[in-house]
Amino acid sequence: METKKESLVLSRQFEKVNAILEKYSYKVDNLITILQEIQAEYRYLPEEILTYVATALQISPAQVYGVATFYAQFSLKPKGEHIIRVCDGTACHVKGSSQVLKAVRENLGLREGENTTSDLLFTVETVACIGACALAPALMVDEEVYGQMDEEKVQQLIDRLLGEGEKADAV
Amino acid sequence: MNEKMAQKAVVVDGQEIVLNGEKNILEVAKKANIEIPTFCYHSDLSVYGACRMCLVEVEGRGLMPACSTPPEPGMVIKTTTSRVLQARRMMVEFYLANHERDCTVCERNLNCRLQAIAASLGIDEVRFGERKEKLPKDTSTFSLVRDPNRCILCGDCVRACKEIENIGVYDFTHRGSQTKVEPAFGKKLSEVECVYCGQCSIRCPTGALVVKSEVDNAWRAVLDSDLMVVAQIAPAVRVAIGEAFGLPPGEITTGKIVAALKKIGFDRVYDTAFSADLTVVEEAEEFFRRLQKGERLPQFTSCCPSWVIYAERNYPFYLENLSSARSPQQMFGSVIKNFICQVENVPREKLVSVSIMPCTAKKFEARRPEFIHDGIPDVDIVLTAQETIRMIKTANIDFRELEPLPFDVPLGAGSGAGVIFGVTGGVTEAVLRYAYERLTGQELQEVEFKGVRGMESVKEAEINFGERRVKVAIVHGLAMLQRLVQDMRRGERYYDFVEVMNCPGGCIGGGGMPLEYPDYQEVLRRRAEGLYNADRLSVVRKAQDNPSIKFLYEKWLQEANSEVAEHHLHTHYYSRRRISDEVIRIQEAKSAQKVDIAVCVGTSCYLKGSYDLLQELLELTKEYGVEDRVSVGATFCLEHCTEGPNIRINEEVFSGVSKDKLRQIFEEVVLSKLVAEAH
Repeated sequence: METKKESLVLSRQFEKVNAILEKYSYKVDNLITILQEIQAEYRYLPEEILTYVATALQISPAQVYGVATFYAQFSLKPKGEHIIRVCDGTACHVKGSSQVLKAVRENLGLREGENTTSDLLFTVETVACIGACALAPALMVDEEVYGQMDEEKVQQLIDRLLGEGEKADAV
Repeated sequence: MNEKMAQKAVVVDGQEIVLNGEKNILEVAKKANIEIPTFCYHSDLSVYGACRMCLVEVEGRGLMPACSTPPEPGMVIKTTTSRVLQARRMMVEFYLANHERDCTVCERNLNCRLQAIAASLGIDEVRFGERKEKLPKDTSTFSLVRDPNRCILCGDCVRACKEIENIGVYDFTHRGSQTKVEPAFGKKLSEVECVYCGQCSIRCPTGALVVKSEVDNAWRAVLDSDLMVVAQIAPAVRVAIGEAFGLPPGEITTGKIVAALKKIGFDRVYDTAFSADLTVVEEAEEFFRRLQKGERLPQFTSCCPSWVIYAERNYPFYLENLSSARSPQQMFGSVIKNFICQVENVPREKLVSVSIMPCTAKKFEARRPEFIHDGIPDVDIVLTAQETIRMIKTANIDFRELEPLPFDVPLGAGSGAGVIFGVTGGVTEAVLRYAYERLTGQELQEVEFKGVRGMESVKEAEINFGERRVKVAIVHGLAMLQRLVQDMRRGERYYDFVEVMNCPGGCIGGGGMPLEYPDYQEVLRRRAEGLYNADRLSVVRKAQDNPSIKFLYEKWLQEANSEVAEHHLHTHYYSRRRISDEVIRIQEAKSAQKVDIAVCVGTSCYLKGSYDLLQELLELTKEYGVEDRVSVGATFCLEHCTEGPNIRINEEVFSGVSKDKLRQIFEEVVLSKLVAEAH
């Protein structure tokens, strides 16, 4: 897993930031879009990069930080390669989504207060409703929906995902 | 009132008020002698309209915020209706729900706008629970303490730092119930670009931002009979300390302050205006030398510690231009620890030097390592005017009734020139009074240079010294300074001498002064007038005529800019990094036999094209096929800003690196290191 982590760090190419800043002509008005593109690239907003953006746009780092923390879409902590969104809307909630969430976290070995696995492969989030109430309780892995989940199905799903991860590693 | 006038009038609480260009209802109400409460309105900052304390009822419109509603002819305004009172009470209750309720042990107890407004509205109950989560206090700087648990999110500090200083240390972060006002990344003030000026703190309506108190240390020193405690009083505080005791701003209370300090237990009390005179002589002589040689111009003043630290972080190219003369506080500190200890025959470690200052950044200045010798600082304790007022109150002294006392000998009072150091333009005027006589050899008849006085944010003047015309600029507030420097760098403006003060109005607007009033501009104007009056009342009005200055040069310093003077009264400056952080890793060497290269992308190097160097460097590693053996990173400052762009190879810094030079360095240094590593 260590090699995976290292290669992730390497994939965060600094030069991309400059291309993004260039694309939006270093305009403060485009700050939100700039941050969105940076997050798409890095999967989160690293502190050094935000400071760099502030320098390049000639505004204070506090201002950039203020914007980055205002919107729920931005994350200042590293996010995993895959995002698992467990639905906790009304329908899923009554159908036992908290058990599903617990199972997901346990299978990934997440500790209290942790939402991302240490190998930066998975991040677990809860969302209010993904519109799949008929399949409750449901969850999404990236763009794919999995319905009528229970603890056993969660375990199978995670095992499969981890297996794919290792296969990808081997390649 | 005739009909034409009535057309331009409004009615405030039944009283007809004729409009005369007032910007908002607040100003109109003031004309009717009604002070509408606010937290977030400051006449010198932008209108924010967030605190909702200033709601008034406008007939036909309902509740309107008085700060952001311009008056219109015919408006009927009521400032105290049941709706208004209900709204204000509700707002204060909401504020208190989020605010620590430990008033009796707060620095701002009885000096707090939130407390005062809650009291005036008769709030006797808060119906909401308290904030559960306790956030940590920030005590990381020498100057300020930030307690987020007392913050009511009025944003005054955010706007003060952005608009007056254009630094923007704080901003609103997070959202909803989690909203905070804090520095970038929730860092401490010591880790961001704060210059410790305290402009945020004097505008804070609660105890969320307060001066870091040294009062306990001061009491310990004065109550210890083994120690000799020597105080110096800065010019600006003498026209402000009285405000805390019901005297009007601008009233000169120098003698009373001396008397109060003596009662408290200070053994000697001296005048910082004296060392300001010393600064005038040293700084002016330095200026003449530069004028003659035509080098290191413009000369910037260096008495403002916030400006100095700002320059060290942002203007590496001007550090040579800053006057090397120490600030009056540090000059006096040096005089106390090197000269007075001999006169008094007291060992340095038994002599405690205390300065009474208008300024929070002076606390930082006193701790600069340059001003600490063998572990003994030249200035041991810095008390702001606010802390001095507290000591006077603790000692139960009836300040108003005190008989004035003179300063101690042998280094008695300063001249009028030294006194006006406390107001923007004052340093320049003091230097001009010296320079004129020194350069023309004639006696200066009219000592007042009115052209450099006043509250405009940038003042310019040209003075003829015989054949030489000298161009000076005076600026206060770092936001204005930044614009001025931009113009100077572009070659659009040229000066020989630039006076810079961080605070609006100069030291009279310092962050350690009595708290901001609703009528702050008027308070500043009157404090300035007070200092000019003190100057007019002085027997000696020019630094060079001060007999104590002559005495000190005869007994100790020999002459201006002599070796002794250089050693004890001058200093030097350093480039400082703006933000503490780590290297951003871009290319990681896999091999153990590797070379680490960091390219500086801090502001200064970035503007000189360091980003292109970074790209070039990555290309070079590819070209030579050593990507696996060269780690490349970007760093924010290598603290060699003047000679940028800079790169660091292992531990060695290379400056002034161009693209061509980079290739040469890469081939000669990096490749040879790699070869050496391989063996």
